[in-house]
Amino acid sequence: MAKDIAIYIEQREGVIQSVAFELISEAKRLASVQEGKQVVGVLIGSQLENSAAELELYGLDRLIICDDEKFELYRTELYTEALTSFIREEDPDILLIGATSIGRDLAPRCSAAVKTGLTADCTKLEIDEATGNLLMTRPAFGGNIMATIICENHRPQMATVRPGVMVVTREEGESKMEVERMDVSKLDLTVRVKVLEVVKTIKSHVDIGSARVLVAGGRGVGSKENFEILRGLADSLKGEVAGSRAAVDEGWVEKPRQVGQTGTTVRPELYIACGISGAIQHIAGMENSGYIVAINKDPDALIFEYADVGLVGDFKTIIPMLSKELGV
Amino acid sequence: MDFQLSEQNKMMKMLFQAFAEEQVKPMAAEVDEEEKFPIENVKKMAENGMLGIPFPEQYGGAGGDILDYVLCVEELSKVCATTGVVVSAHTSLCAAPIFEFGTEEQKEKYLPALLSGEKLGAFALTEPAAGTDAGSQQTKAEKVEGGYCLNGSKIFITNAQYADLYVIMAMTDKAKGTRGISAFVLERDTPGFRIGKKEKKMGIRGSATCELIFEDVFLPEANRLGKEGKGFSIAMKTLDGGRIGIAAQALGIAEGALEETVRYTKQRKQFGRSISKFQNTQFVLADMATKIEAARLLVYRAATLKGEGKAYSVEAAQAKLFASEVAMDVTTKAVQLHGGYGYTREYPVERMMRDAKITEIYEGTSEVQRMVVATNLLR
Amino acid sequence: MKIIVCVKQVPDTTEVRINQETGTLIREGVPSIMNPDDKAAIELALRMKDLKPEICVHVLTMGPAQAERVLIEALCMGADEATLLSDRKFAGADTWATSIALAGAIQKIGADIVLCGRQAIDGDTAQVGPQIAEHLNLAQATYVSDAVLGRGGVFATRKFEDGDYKLELPLPCLLTTLAEEIDVRYMHTHHIVRTMKERKIQLMTADDLKVDQRELGLKGSPTRVKKSVTKSAKSAGICYVDNPEVGVERIADYVKGLNIL
Repeated sequence: MAKDIAIYIEQREGVIQSVAFELISEAKRLASVQEGKQVVGVLIGSQLENSAAELELYGLDRLIICDDEKFELYRTELYTEALTSFIREEDPDILLIGATSIGRDLAPRCSAAVKTGLTADCTKLEIDEATGNLLMTRPAFGGNIMATIICENHRPQMATVRPGVMVVTREEGESKMEVERMDVSKLDLTVRVKVLEVVKTIKSHVDIGSARVLVAGGRGVGSKENFEILRGLADSLKGEVAGSRAAVDEGWVEKPRQVGQTGTTVRPELYIACGISGAIQHIAGMENSGYIVAINKDPDALIFEYADVGLVGDFKTIIPMLSKELGV
Repeated sequence: MDFQLSEQNKMMKMLFQAFAEEQVKPMAAEVDEEEKFPIENVKKMAENGMLGIPFPEQYGGAGGDILDYVLCVEELSKVCATTGVVVSAHTSLCAAPIFEFGTEEQKEKYLPALLSGEKLGAFALTEPAAGTDAGSQQTKAEKVEGGYCLNGSKIFITNAQYADLYVIMAMTDKAKGTRGISAFVLERDTPGFRIGKKEKKMGIRGSATCELIFEDVFLPEANRLGKEGKGFSIAMKTLDGGRIGIAAQALGIAEGALEETVRYTKQRKQFGRSISKFQNTQFVLADMATKIEAARLLVYRAATLKGEGKAYSVEAAQAKLFASEVAMDVTTKAVQLHGGYGYTREYPVERMMRDAKITEIYEGTSEVQRMVVATNLLR
Repeated sequence: MKIIVCVKQVPDTTEVRINQETGTLIREGVPSIMNPDDKAAIELALRMKDLKPEICVHVLTMGPAQAERVLIEALCMGADEATLLSDRKFAGADTWATSIALAGAIQKIGADIVLCGRQAIDGDTAQVGPQIAEHLNLAQATYVSDAVLGRGGVFATRKFEDGDYKLELPLPCLLTTLAEEIDVRYMHTHHIVRTMKERKIQLMTADDLKVDQRELGLKGSPTRVKKSVTKSAKSAGICYVDNPEVGVERIADYVKGLNIL
């Protein structure tokens, strides 16, 4: 009978991707409510000794390593072959894969190969206490709906999980992780797709439209130097700095970062507006943000009407307070 | 009478809407502010077959109907009236007379390049002393060996310095008045022809409105469009068709202003609620929408009649008269509902108001349209 | 050579609003559009055809009768042929059952290259393309930003978060394409007139496919939706005038919940 919870441990150039740690922690949490369930990782790649060692602190019960130089780069065909072989051999109850551009290539191919269901981009996982089935919750319809999906009659219950959503926990004490090696020789390692070149890119262009967090400033920020305070917060929240038209016209922030009627329309998960009065042209560009924080000295500023949380005061004192509270 | 757009009309509209929204709208403020002719978008329209819509495939046209063409000018004008008139002047005033009055040789020579958009067209009738009184033309085309010698000038010519082909009216026999006017096709690089001064205009500021100057320009016999002395009739028939294009432009401007105003009044808050909740706003919006619908029916009817080969000159005059006055009315109210912001260049409605005014003036003023309608009534 | 492009008609999810009183989706008035990633797939196919006019671009969609509109749109962009795969037996299909049906249709039509959009904006799963590839045992490249035909194969650029692969795929193969990387052409007036004159869309039903009908539709789907809820309506905000430190705590709680630190 299918029983374990399996994790595909994604590595790139031998570096375990952070989503893998998130998935292990999440799998441990799911396993804790079901007796006898183990958490098994499967790591596919080349020269993986160091990578495997890195996993010891996270509480995997078993790690299965598929190590061969042919797996140096991610190749759909080879990785599908290895992962489906793992599924057939181990028959896990659940298989979780990070919803990265690799996971979202590999998971559907494998699910089709082993004929089971797959739920994409999950943001929440629970075990249904009555049936023991995995409840996989994901946003759909442009984020307007949260749908809970089940896979009752096929195993494994496969899900890709959105990176950055699950919380990582480390295990205290000694690692009990057992390491096994997959027999690569029995795999069919023929490839049809040639990798001609690998090009690394460093993201350089400004794209406030796709940032999860925006820290925006308006006329009330007062100077280009003061914008650095906003930038500091944006950097520590892995977000971007944005500005109102007034701030752009003053030259405190670049035009591509302008939010509003004559700039970009944005909908980040968190929008922090500092010294922005809330002119209608600005509101038009950000009112659909997930969570709006407004900081302004003027208690009558229009921006407060659109904010989830409003703070009346000087951003120069409030932002450091916030950074301190967040420990950044 | 069928009030439905055909499936073909609907797909065309979808194309024009997407093109206008994505390509034309982002450029509209710059086109206006910097008096910039939208040449890049003209090239893109050529790539998508938007410069030869209502002409048969055999000459390189799309084989669409007049309503397809009207929808094109309308959708473009919703976001940029300059781009709308560029297409209208090219299609209605240059390609159309060549198609309708040209010989087979002339059609084969000029239409493929015009309809593919490889060449842009213009039309020249107006002179400093011959506006509504088109009969008092000063530009002369004297008969010479093998053709004509053209001298004089034209003003207010849309597309002027970007056009490659011009349909020109000139006197071949001054004594005969309007019956002494003939039509010609002039190519851009003909010796003796040059572009004069550019007008500084209130609206449609990107449309490159210039003077054309002719100094001993030789036009071969083969360039004469229609018979000698038929120029005035050709010009008037061309303008009948052109009016449908301008009516479509006016309709588009009005619709664009209404869309902007609906969006703005929902967003703008005063006295603690969005101004769209106030009955004054609602009633003004209702009137704007109703007038636009009435204009649309007149414009589409004129287009349908022309497409069916029926008489349409009275209907075209009514459509242009009504749609242009609706455009002026609706854009003025749009600015009013935008309040102080509406008067600034941050919102497009002030541009739309300036653009709307020309539709009451060019290709026959509102007064000329009333004359056409009244003459028909009192005949 | 034949290229099959799989397209889907989707509701324009950017136009979907939530009724604040009932908490339900307002679906009325939401326009149906061609899925943006799929449009990019058509574009890549047409670019290949631009260089080799003898290529036949065949668009395929599965859906109800009104899904014909996206096929018409594709033909108006310059595609040559279109098939509407429509049958009540397909209703309620998840990605597995959808990929079974589409793979069956592709097998019947026959293709050297299959192009799909990476994902559809209503579901965002990105699963159907790779699942079709697995069913048909095709070489695949997903997240493709560009592809050109080479001698006997396809050269494709495959995007990752941190870089690109330049790939060479043999024929037959399947690619999934990215809308944000590919500028898509508009419909063309000439194609619109031609399409409306010819109106040639082939209809295909479940009985036309060589597939196990138990694998189709709702009953062939391994997954099912247990429940779906709309995101709760936003409550009115709170403004902290004299005690910003309380507000700061509240914000910090929310930010921690985002798990970005």
